[in-house]
This record gives sequence, C-alpha cells and structure tokens, in this order.
Amino acid sequence: MNIPSDLHYTKDHEWVKGEGEEATVGITDWAQGELGDIVYLELPEVGKIVISGKPFGTIEAVKAASEIFAPVAGEIVAVNGMLEDSPELINKSPYDDGWIIKIHLSDPEEIDTLLSADDYGKLIEV
Amino acid sequence: MPIPLIFEQNNPAIHCSHIPKSDIPDDVQGLPDDLRRQELDLPQVAEPEVMRHFVNLSTMNHHVDKGFYPLGSCTMKYNPKVNENISALPGFAGLHPYQPASTIQGALKMMLSLEEWLCEITGLPAVTLQPAAGSHGELTGMFLTQAYHLANGEHRKKVLIPDSSHGTNPASIVMAGFEPVHIPSNERGRIDIAALQNALKPDVAALMVTNPSTLGLFEDQIDEVAEAVHSIGALLYMDGANMNALMGLARPGDMGFDIVHLNLHKTFSTPHGGGGPGSGPVAVIAELEKFLPIPRIKVDGVENPDWDWDRPDSIGRVQSFFGNFSILVRAAAYIRSLGGEGFKNVSETAILNANYIRTRLMDIYKLPYNDLCMHEVVFSADNQSNDGLKAVNIAKRLLDFGIHAPTINFPLIVHEALMIEPTETETLGTLDNFIEVMRRIDQEVNETPEMLKNAPLKTPVFRLDEVMAARKLDVKYEG
Repeated sequence: MNIPSDLHYTKDHEWVKGEGEEATVGITDWAQGELGDIVYLELPEVGKIVISGKPFGTIEAVKAASEIFAPVAGEIVAVNGMLEDSPELINKSPYDDGWIIKIHLSDPEEIDTLLSADDYGKLIEV
Repeated sequence: MPIPLIFEQNNPAIHCSHIPKSDIPDDVQGLPDDLRRQELDLPQVAEPEVMRHFVNLSTMNHHVDKGFYPLGSCTMKYNPKVNENISALPGFAGLHPYQPASTIQGALKMMLSLEEWLCEITGLPAVTLQPAAGSHGELTGMFLTQAYHLANGEHRKKVLIPDSSHGTNPASIVMAGFEPVHIPSNERGRIDIAALQNALKPDVAALMVTNPSTLGLFEDQIDEVAEAVHSIGALLYMDGANMNALMGLARPGDMGFDIVHLNLHKTFSTPHGGGGPGSGPVAVIAELEKFLPIPRIKVDGVENPDWDWDRPDSIGRVQSFFGNFSILVRAAAYIRSLGGEGFKNVSETAILNANYIRTRLMDIYKLPYNDLCMHEVVFSADNQSNDGLKAVNIAKRLLDFGIHAPTINFPLIVHEALMIEPTETETLGTLDNFIEVMRRIDQEVNETPEMLKNAPLKTPVFRLDEVMAARKLDVKYEG
C-alpha cells in the first residue's frame, strides 16, 4: 500500500499536501483501490469556499458513489481539469496526476491537525 | 456470439404482412406538414424470422422464468401466470382512463378491495395506489411528511436514515426538500438507539427505516425507536421493500409506523427487473389520510364508487391517471389466490429459505452480522480475496451456472457484500444447487483465480467492460 510519508491524511481517505498557504487534495491509493474503476467526478468551481469535514464533490465508481470531504477549510483555487475526460487518473496516479483540487488555506496550521502517514496506515489496517 | 439486430435483417424483397391500401387519399387538403407521417424506416423481415429473433433474444437474457434470481432486496419471486390471465380480461385490459366512473364500477371496486387488503396487511387505515415505484412511494411519503408538519405550522428540515438504508432513501429525502442525516448501526446491525436519541432534534421531520433492514435483520427495538421518534413529534416511515419477510406475521402499523410504502412488484409478485412497470402504494395512519394524492376513490356508498377530487388538503397528483392499473390487478389476483394463511406461509418460507442458505454457507463465506436473518442474508466476500478477487468475481461466475448474481457491494456497511434473497418460490433442490455452486466457486477462488477474473465464460456475451459502458454509454443503433 502506497502511503507517502510527506502527506497528511483524513479518516475519510483524503490526502493533503501543504505548500505554504496552499494545499493540494486528493484521495488515497487505498480509497481508489476500494472504489475500483472511477467513471465520473462531480467537482466544484474555482472560488468556492470549502469547510473542513464537509463534502465538496462526488466520486462515482462502477461499484459505488461516494462523497469527497474537504480535509481543511479554505477557498478552491484550482480544480484538476484532466479528471473530466480521464477520471481513471485517480486510479492510475492517486497522489500525482490524480490530484483533485487546490485550496487556499484559511489556516495553514490546520494541516498539522490531520493524520500522519503512520497514523493513516494504522487506520486502514483495521 | 452476437446475433444480428432486427434492423440488420432487413430484406426489401420480403413482406411480413399484407396491409390493405389506405382508403384515405394521400392529398388531404389543409393538413399541416408536421402532422403528416413520414414513411417509417422499419425493417422488412418475414414473420417467422421476427418470432425467432425475439425468442432467441429472450433466451440470451436472464429472467426468473429461466433461472434462479437471488438478487437481494429485489424479491425476484416467480410471477404466477394466473395474474397475467386476470389482468388480460377485457373488463380490465380494455378500459380507457377517461371513461366515466359509472362505466368502470368493477375496476373501482377492485381498487377499493386492494386498498382494503393492503390496509389489513400493513395494519394502517388508508392507502394510495398511485405511486409507480418504490422510490416514487418514498417521495410521496416525504411529501406527506412535509404536508403534515406544514399543517402544524412547522418547517422541519431533517430526515434521519440508518447507514444501512437503500440509496433511494436519501435521494427521496433530498428531492422532497429535506436534508438526510445518517444514524450509525450498532454492532448487532440494528439502529443505535443512543445515536438516534442524540440526532432527534426539534427540526427532525421523520425517521425512514427499512424493516427488516438491508442486512436482512429485524429491527427488534422498533418499539423503542417509534417511541423516541414520536416523542419529538416526528413521523416514522417504513421503506417496505423487505415486506416479504413480514406478511401475516407482523404489521408495520402495530410497530408504530405512520407511513409505509409497499412494492407490489416485489412482495406481491408483479413482474419487474425489465419485465414490467412498478407499483409503490403508500399506507398511512388516519391523521395523514387527508393529505393522500388525488383522486381518491369515494368509499361512502361502496355500491357505486366514484372518483373523489374534492380534497383540499391533498398533496395533489403524483402520477398520471390512477397508478399502474394493470399491475394493481395482478397484485389483487395474487392476494386473492393466496389468502391470509397463504401470505403467512409466503413470509415463513422466505425466511426459512434465507436461513437455510445462511447456515449452509456460513462455514466458508464470512457473515459479518451473525444472527437469525429474515428473508435475505448478507455475506462478505472477504474470505474469498485471494489474488485480489472481490465480490464481483463471485457474482460474475454465478452467471456461468445459470444463476443470476446476488446484489453486491450493498449494504455499504458490509465490506464486499453479497446480498442473497432466495424468496419463497424456490424449491429445496434449487437452493441446494445454489449452495453447491457457491461452495465450488469458493474452491475456484484458490485454484483458478485467473479464470474468475475473466468470468463469465459461458454466457452469450462474456465479461463486459463496465467502466467503458459507464464512461461512454452507446445504446443507439446507427444503420
């Protein structure tokens, strides 16, 4: 199972990569494996405000549809446009090409309250 | 092996039938162009070939007349053919919905009788036959909930659902303008009472419960649940998709439910799954009767029943005309042919059959909620995860044995769920064959996992590309 150590995680299986006041968000390798082949994403527009723990989009796989939760609060500054035509990027490359949104953080320190790679690894072992 | 489409069998030299030349002149004056029919591009195929084409197609599909269909939560019971005969009687089949009530007295009396029988089965005093599906019944029930609270001067916003609920429940809640709130299940797979009480705030309009739940388990604390819900003035709604487990044994009205929808196309043996339209009648407590959709059938003066449109508190129409009438006829025929004792026997046998499968497979298939089940049993395919295999591989392989796949990956609270509902119409021989096949597939999981990844291997079409089917749906013929 691929759980990069430089990222932060949520119990809802999103990852966050902090870069100053911005953060990139996606879903974990484990989450994409559980969902199976992803066929469609419903994503918000740039400029939308997201609230920690609240859903900001929907991810639809052959097996099930699931909400994507905002790990941290802020304003969306970018949405991965590649996913519209190629949602399979999330299956192929969940931590790189399959990123979902970038957020301008309300509070850059909020990221530190999320799970570490070690903690997340323990969570999915259960 | 693909067979040619009917359009590809077109042969202009062949005439299927000889229709007399129209005696209406082609050059009718004053007829606007948009009302003139263009020649239709229909294929010309000999009648025997047409017949063979469609009979062959029907054998390529899976249906309950061809094989076992243990699709959980769908109650794919056999559809008795006597129901078809009754609904085809000219007095039923030849009616027009605009006929005056005085000329459809028999049909109205049949509907009144069906209402009465459904009231008896649910233990509730009033029912509407109009909704055309289970989900439509849910939506109607949510509109009734809204009307009830509005009449009390209250704008309640939230509707609670257990985390095991059918996906249609939150959808109906949202469509009716409410917000769904999930209640977790406890370790026994039942509603967590403490969590429920926490969630029961003054802005909660209702709790929607499927009983038995989608785990096939009876909500054995339903009295406590009902009391808690009613104590804050909210309504208790029952999703009756699993009513096949309760008939003649327990009544939703007695459990404290205020609204319940039934699925005539599941519990009451009318065709579904591509075989026919649905029907989702909604039964309610006396206080909600005045909100039911129009038209109702006037019950005073049963000798000459009539439509009743004068119902100022009604939520209005929910369906064109009066529901899926011919489906109502089939359900009425089913109820009449079984009778009260027969219905009890239906539910008892449905429960027995599910528990037979549960006890005969639980040594190899993981049973996350190990309890006496009702009409269906939910296994997890976690024990069959060799080489990355999942529930879907078991489901696909079943098709090779002429058995329809169970519902998989639902309910969401069971990992890699296999949800099996045998129904009461299957013989011990059919159940034993299914059990044997399931045990054999378990062996194949370890012996030939690669084969399972490619299954099915014997069906008219092999493993379909579900991802491409979802991403690039292509169902249009372009000849």
